[in-house]
Amino acid sequence: MAGTGTALGASVERREGRLKVTGTARYAAEHPLPGRAQAWPVPAAVARGRVTLVDASAALRLPGVLAVLTHENAPRIAEPEDAALAVLQNPQVPHRGWFVALVVAESLEEARAGAQAVRVEYAAEDFDVTVRPGHPDGYEPETVNGGYPGRREHGHPDSAFGEAPVRVDVTVRVPPLHNHPMEPHTSTARWDGDRLTVYTSSQGGTEVRRTLAALFELPAEQITVVAEHVGGGFGSKGTPRPDVVLATMAAKVTGRPVTVALARRYLPAAVGHRAPTLQRLRLGAGPDGRLTALSHEATTHTSRITEFVEQAAVPSRVMYAAPNSLTTHQVVPLDVPSPSWMRAPGECPGMYALESAVDELASELGMDPVELRVRNEPDREPDTGKPFSSRHVVECLREGARRFGWERRDPRPRSRSEGPLLVGTGVAAATYPVLVWPSTAEARALPDGTFVVRVNATDIGTGARTVLTQIAADALGVPLERVHTEVGNSDLPAASLAGGSSGTASWGWPVHRACTRLAARLAEHAGPPPGKGLSARADTAGEADAESSYARHAFGAHFAEGTVDTVTGEVRVRRLLGVFAAGRILNARTARSQFVGGMTMGLGMALTEGSTLDPAFGDFVERDLASYHVPAHADVPAIEAHWIEESDGHLNPMGSKGIGEIGIVGTAAAIGNAVHHATGVRFRELPLTPDRVLGALAG
Amino acid sequence: MKSFGYVRAGTVEEAAEAFAAHPGARYLAGGTNLVDLMKLGVERPAVLVDVGRLPLDTMEELPDGSLRVGATVRNSDLAAHPLARDRYPALSQALLAGASGQLRNAATTAGNLLQRTRCPYFQDLSKPCNKREPGSGCGALMGVHRDHAVLGWSEQCLATHPSDMAVALAALDARVELHGAQGSRSLPVAEFHRLPGEHPERDTEIRPGELITSVVLPAATAELPSAYRKARDRASYAFALASVAAVLRVAEGRVAEVGIAFGALAHRPWRATRAEEALRGGPATAEAFREAVELELAAARPLRDNAYKVPLARNIAVDVLTRLAAPAPA
Repeated sequence: MAGTGTALGASVERREGRLKVTGTARYAAEHPLPGRAQAWPVPAAVARGRVTLVDASAALRLPGVLAVLTHENAPRIAEPEDAALAVLQNPQVPHRGWFVALVVAESLEEARAGAQAVRVEYAAEDFDVTVRPGHPDGYEPETVNGGYPGRREHGHPDSAFGEAPVRVDVTVRVPPLHNHPMEPHTSTARWDGDRLTVYTSSQGGTEVRRTLAALFELPAEQITVVAEHVGGGFGSKGTPRPDVVLATMAAKVTGRPVTVALARRYLPAAVGHRAPTLQRLRLGAGPDGRLTALSHEATTHTSRITEFVEQAAVPSRVMYAAPNSLTTHQVVPLDVPSPSWMRAPGECPGMYALESAVDELASELGMDPVELRVRNEPDREPDTGKPFSSRHVVECLREGARRFGWERRDPRPRSRSEGPLLVGTGVAAATYPVLVWPSTAEARALPDGTFVVRVNATDIGTGARTVLTQIAADALGVPLERVHTEVGNSDLPAASLAGGSSGTASWGWPVHRACTRLAARLAEHAGPPPGKGLSARADTAGEADAESSYARHAFGAHFAEGTVDTVTGEVRVRRLLGVFAAGRILNARTARSQFVGGMTMGLGMALTEGSTLDPAFGDFVERDLASYHVPAHADVPAIEAHWIEESDGHLNPMGSKGIGEIGIVGTAAAIGNAVHHATGVRFRELPLTPDRVLGALAG
Repeated sequence: MKSFGYVRAGTVEEAAEAFAAHPGARYLAGGTNLVDLMKLGVERPAVLVDVGRLPLDTMEELPDGSLRVGATVRNSDLAAHPLARDRYPALSQALLAGASGQLRNAATTAGNLLQRTRCPYFQDLSKPCNKREPGSGCGALMGVHRDHAVLGWSEQCLATHPSDMAVALAALDARVELHGAQGSRSLPVAEFHRLPGEHPERDTEIRPGELITSVVLPAATAELPSAYRKARDRASYAFALASVAAVLRVAEGRVAEVGIAFGALAHRPWRATRAEEALRGGPATAEAFREAVELELAAARPLRDNAYKVPLARNIAVDVLTRLAAPAPA
């Protein structure tokens, strides 16, 4: 393998796999700093209002308690860009679960007991946590998450829809969803004079350093952020969270290293969530199935302190050719925790809605849903008119249909049963944009013939450091074993965050370039490198972020087979098969893991995951993994991920597109469409739990 | 922190004495629920009396053909035991439908019976809960109650008992054996847990300091056809939305013996005595099962979020009874 040809594309094992399975990989709470204290936050017990009193006296009398930080005594910080980081700065309570105090103690148990002993009084106000269409506070935002325009319109969508011979007008609801990475959000901070070191569970240490420098008014050079191993994030660690601010404050106040490891039950209110969406889709088509009108109107919520608008209608600007179209968003600020990024924001809920509606249109037309999609394939990106750098969604649909055995399907709903089980199959397409951000990297050749690649990438479990090593080995033309890659430390060359499926492209680009330069220098250099070695750096600013004249997206197709138990309304998936076209696949093993992981998360979205905002108390009801149901092994069936190799010269030197998110896009629609095929009933609200399904089966 | 004492008991008598000697004591066995509740601040014991190593970890067939299951037999061991699997399939099935492999390896028979509700308001100190703090109100009644009781609830409490095992034990006429200061006594499992009424803080009829020493499965239900069915949001590691355990013997097309209990519908395993009475001696047909179950569930008082539980419970009960009534495949 390595050394005998290209390392890229090979099924290379994770470089840090052994460290992880032997427990020697250190996560943010696991750095044994001398004198390290632990801190536990106190969440607000009202949904809206103001703290009128924090009585810490009882807590301070408890053994081991070192300090209680409140809005009255916590260090002042500069106003953050993300208002959710302005913790303990004022008495306002923007939502239930907002942190109103922090107890620092010798041990975790003492800190927790201290937090329970803090008495907080509030002036509570009436609150509203329920998003609904036509909410008086709703408005159309200028831009939505990702910087996209809130509204786009082409032609005359309303009149074209009114005149269309075949029409579908449906509204679907996706509930709030939580990222719930395996490792809860955790930070350990240590001050050495005016130098700050932070070990944090983050998707991007460069961004954490920039934020801490601004908040604590320090030069960035005096801050080191370490995120060497991170137990997942799914977007919720894409930006710094209150844990890192609180740990830094607490370390400053106590003069001790302090760890803030958030309890699982605090995550829903503190680290972002996928906002619920109510999405109305109107599709108008001719009898031949060609779309004449496409309207996608998404309503969502945000908090009182942040405008974050889930860009659910945006994928409808990419997928299908329709001469008349409207894509627009409404957002309602409510007394809810701030929503944020969760795996494939926008595309994930938006494609659930669009791909469900397309399936409904296929039913109305009596047309095969694969063929209907093929028929509406655009030759340019519908919204921008740009040519696609590469687009193989039709090939994904065809290849998936072949592998899945789609042609054997009886298209009639409720046509297949096995005893009490109704069996159905469904299909949906997937898309996710190609994102890439500037980064820097350094490559060094050492006298012993080995190489060190340095880049402040973050490996959140995806295999990033492994793939970067492959890219480096390939560019250097040396075996993989001779390359060591350092990531996860802000003293390394600055790099972008692990988000938007951009990591491999953003980091691999400067790694590739630095290694290519180094190889050229080595070629000119006679003999082994001198004592310190030879090095080369690369910075992709101005290039990676240059506007492309191409529309660049990954595409895919999902096929699902599911059963619906007519006795219980329980829906289970039997088979899930995805085919993706995402540029060049750089590591077959870790890529498959990303696709299958995304599909599994999509399965959870379809069948088991859902969160409820409590109308009486204002917080999320499901706050642990016993009640917020991520799929268990028994839920995950025969699951297959395949890909079509694309050669696309408009991306980056590796020719890759991001693969971290597309696996979750469309999965829920494919499963929902299979449930319709099984039952003949359209369920338009997720997740498909027995309470929703059983009643409709009888009707 | 809230410190607590720890006493490891070697005998039942030692355990009872230690409990009596320490106000605010709690018995600890597998700890799969109690320790979680301590972390949440819901339980704040002064002393833990560890009964996990009492010599109560065996299963014993009694001369009359009944089966005594020691209080500290682990859920995994009970589920896998040949006598449980062969004679009381509903029990083995119920155990395996509960929790996860890791939890079943730690959880005990007695601890399973004494586990607390998973009502989110009970677990959240910032919200009212009459079970946790009598007189504070019922958060679930005001808030979200999709998972809550439809039978036997009171304005004070909507909580359900989360055990799968207890549902099977109730249907199988099992008894709980207790040791306390006033000696030993036993109660039917179906009467061991209480309805909330005005005192939701009391889950069971257990008296302060009393210790469950064993559960006895009677000879009368041994080897009768029995089964457990559980409906849930995900395929594994989820509490029931509704569950049913049934024992049924059919003779010449008629119901000779029947026991039915529902889980996740009430503050206790709900023994369906009305349905049983309606069925006894009558025809063992799907129609009869359906009528009888509907008669039982007519007492249900669903709330805004949990009306689905009534048809769900009906369907699984009719399904299980119908399958039990079918002649065994040759």
